[in-house]
Amino acid sequence: MTATFPAPQVPSAGTTAALKVEDLSLAYIVRGIPRPVLRGVSFEIAPGEAYGLVGESGCGKSTTAYAAVRYLPRNGRITGGRILIDGADITKMGSDEVRQFRAKHASMVYQDPGGALNPSTRIGTQVIEAYTVLGQSQDEAQKNALAALDRVNIADPIRVFNRYPHQLSGGMQQRVVIAMALASDPQLLVLDEPTTGLDATVEASVLDLVRTLRNETNAAVLLIAHNLGVIRSLCDRVGVMYAGKIVEEGNAVEVFERPQFPYTVGLLRSLPRHGVRKSQRALATIPGTLPQIGTDLPTCVYVDRCPLADELCRTVVPPVVDVGVGHWTRCHHYDRIGDIPEPDSGVGQVATEGAEVLALSNVSKTFHQSGHSVPALVKVDLTLNDGETLGLVGESGSGKSTLAKTILGIEGPDTGSSILLDRDELEPTAAGRPVKAKRSIQIVFQNPDSALNRGWSVRQILGRSVRKLTGLKGKAADDRVDKLAHDLRLTQRHLDLKPGQLSGGLKQRVAIARAFAGDPRIVVADEPTSALDVSVQAAILNVLSELQAESKTGYLLISHDLGVVRYLADRIAVMYLGRIMEVGDSETVFRGPNHPYTEALLSAVPSVDGEPAARIRLEGEIPSPANPPSGCVFHTRCHRFMQGICEVTEPPLIEVEPGHQMKCHIPLEELRRLQTKAKVEDIVLTTPPEALEAAVAEGIEPG
Amino acid sequence: MAVSVTNAPGPAPAAATPASERAQARRETLKLLLRRPGFVVGIVILTFWVICAVLAMLEVPYTPWDPFDGYDLTIDNPAPPSSEHLMGTDRLGRDVFSRVLYGARDVFTVAPPAALIGVVLGALLGLVMGFYRGITDDVLSRIVEAFLALPVIMVALLTLVVLGSSSVVVIGVVGILFTPIVARTVRSAVLAERQLDYVTAARLRGESGPFIMVREILPNIAGPIVVELTVRFGYAIFTVATLSFLGVGLQPPSPDWGLSVSQEYSNMISGVWWPTVFPALAIATTVVAVNLIADGLQSVLSE
Repeated sequence: MTATFPAPQVPSAGTTAALKVEDLSLAYIVRGIPRPVLRGVSFEIAPGEAYGLVGESGCGKSTTAYAAVRYLPRNGRITGGRILIDGADITKMGSDEVRQFRAKHASMVYQDPGGALNPSTRIGTQVIEAYTVLGQSQDEAQKNALAALDRVNIADPIRVFNRYPHQLSGGMQQRVVIAMALASDPQLLVLDEPTTGLDATVEASVLDLVRTLRNETNAAVLLIAHNLGVIRSLCDRVGVMYAGKIVEEGNAVEVFERPQFPYTVGLLRSLPRHGVRKSQRALATIPGTLPQIGTDLPTCVYVDRCPLADELCRTVVPPVVDVGVGHWTRCHHYDRIGDIPEPDSGVGQVATEGAEVLALSNVSKTFHQSGHSVPALVKVDLTLNDGETLGLVGESGSGKSTLAKTILGIEGPDTGSSILLDRDELEPTAAGRPVKAKRSIQIVFQNPDSALNRGWSVRQILGRSVRKLTGLKGKAADDRVDKLAHDLRLTQRHLDLKPGQLSGGLKQRVAIARAFAGDPRIVVADEPTSALDVSVQAAILNVLSELQAESKTGYLLISHDLGVVRYLADRIAVMYLGRIMEVGDSETVFRGPNHPYTEALLSAVPSVDGEPAARIRLEGEIPSPANPPSGCVFHTRCHRFMQGICEVTEPPLIEVEPGHQMKCHIPLEELRRLQTKAKVEDIVLTTPPEALEAAVAEGIEPG
Repeated sequence: MAVSVTNAPGPAPAAATPASERAQARRETLKLLLRRPGFVVGIVILTFWVICAVLAMLEVPYTPWDPFDGYDLTIDNPAPPSSEHLMGTDRLGRDVFSRVLYGARDVFTVAPPAALIGVVLGALLGLVMGFYRGITDDVLSRIVEAFLALPVIMVALLTLVVLGSSSVVVIGVVGILFTPIVARTVRSAVLAERQLDYVTAARLRGESGPFIMVREILPNIAGPIVVELTVRFGYAIFTVATLSFLGVGLQPPSPDWGLSVSQEYSNMISGVWWPTVFPALAIATTVVAVNLIADGLQSVLSE
């Protein structure tokens, strides 16, 4: 902990801040009563600086972002403070004035690019409009619009010009939105969850783009993201928000490595970081929930959940304490941060692995759409053992969900496929399977709001599953429901509530309890925590591994969050275009050498622990499964493509070392050499000419 | 409106019990409804007519079917509104006020069951079409569309002429004619609902189609169905009045509003406006009131 950190970029007194928020208070009027959402938020961003706001949903970070450009819902009222963009106070402006000011000085990029573009207007028209609004002539605007698309790395601007938004991928749409946002050459660019919902590989390229553009334009960036890795990879400074107040602020690296506020500590510890695994320790959780909007919080906003809270915290407003250059915290007890106990350290739960419970061989699934056949799964061979977690990763469209659906029997596989459960052949669809098979394979869905019937009470939801799957009746069934609730730490009171009355974490617990109603052998967990905040995610991951340790259930875990996969999974399977490209023990896969596709995936993910050594950019998008590339299906995007082999023959999935299968023409030792070389290159600043050439050919960014 | 509960495992706070929380949720909905002036006005008007219908059965100033005592058809013209006859009398010397009050009874015995039949049948049909999709949906949808292409009044006219007109037949015919419209609304609600994962979860534990439709999906589309019921009620009032006006609905000497308008409107030219205008106003206010209620329900329940 004695590492030196890069000097923080504190806005110097001489220049005017691009955005300066002073003691901003804001309330939403709900049924006539003002409910405070922001309680005196102050921060400033220098020109060319990137500032990140982090915090869990409901903490006020998005409200701050919208308030920064004074774009508020009708019931939002600024009740105090000032917002200065480039020195001009926008809280004092009339609504017309604000609109004109925004047009020239500030732009915003929202989470959903599909929603930000007009679906019935061609891209070109929309981008040109962004320039004509500024008073440019049609010709001038068109020239600038083409240049703008070129600037956001769109390869063929003229072709994109004539397209409609739905004809572009999510990543392309977001590039177009960013191009439009930059039209006015704004001093301030507000990005609200710009990469949420995009694949890791696409996310990486959008983040690269924002980084480059920031250097080119010297615009200040305010970034809102729930993903701390995204914040760390892009931001110079970061503010941690809790209940409408910034509780800690400082250099991003320093805050993430040496947090000085108990909430920040809790938030960071609840993430699976530094490659921690379930066998090493349980994840820390933050007890309690965010106070409801409008709650009166006279002293420290975090006092009710803080492990350090004492009488002083309840009676005296904590001062702003400097704990480093430009790093401050609002805590009475910042000197006792190290005393916060690490819960459950060393007692992580592990299941001992048992016999093979599920075996897939030659499983294919072809969809038929208007005369075309679309192979979504191609000859998948996979096994899952008792008490084992198999992590399934890959970009969207790689067939992960189809594979899960096929195992569950939601989609019947093609003839010739074989799925064995405990060595017994399974019927293709769930409807045809006996109750025993049904209770043995269950699922936890991504979104608990959709997965639980909102019209039923929790008791009804669990009771129905218990009765249907176990055949228990009356008292025995009720007892089983009580036991499930107890295992998932749901109280009797929760049982009588409807899902709408529960928080997201509790809803997901109910969904897990339902999956465990009939003592399943296998549970498919489809992105089980991606709809949840990180502290809640930690609790759910802990519960999943505890249940597994007790019941020896095998998990098929689908997740795009490699931290989650690494924490929970014992083995990992990587999918691309419906094929398994690599399977291996979790540690083997994370250590490498990897299939080039896995290598690219692993390097794309922004981590809260800092950037991976080498960044590999995947070119283009995942091809259509209806028309897969010849030979190795990954050859069109592969940075280790070998002319004459890869596009001709499809490599088989072979065991390259014990417990590690790969589908690649390049021998393992060659991959090992190439991949260690890439890492070394990045550390050695003077790149040898031949390596540079290779790096350019392979699409690696040197340095 | 949702009451969020603490995420921390542990003893439940002693505060509200779930039952009272649900009652509170209902109260909240009611409070939201009562905040809408349109809804309140609708309720007031409708309540007024319901009270009229009930009172009319107990007591009216004059017998609705007979001329008042002492009326001489050969001498007396229809009497204009006065303190004796609040809405005047019609060309047969009957007290318009009494007839309007009594007519409310007909409205509330014919329109609600007709609307109910339409909504129940339509909801069932819509559930089946939306849930099973595929060929079932294709076939039923084409039939529904064929029905929708026929003008309601024309079909009703023909059927009533063939079957003869009685309250029961009117209720049945109007109900069945509303079925396809309701079915389409319910179908689209079901289509949205069946995409949700809880339907897949139900399938994976082996629930039958009818169970999923009726026990899982139906409660969650109650909102749109209630709104549809209210809207159809409004239309039913209007349709029944129209049929009576055309002479195939309720028959004289019934004090039905539509019938009264049809029998008296020719006298408007000679300045005898009251026997026409008052029943017409009664129809208009009831329909407007019901639609105001439907609007209120729609915006509150869809939140």
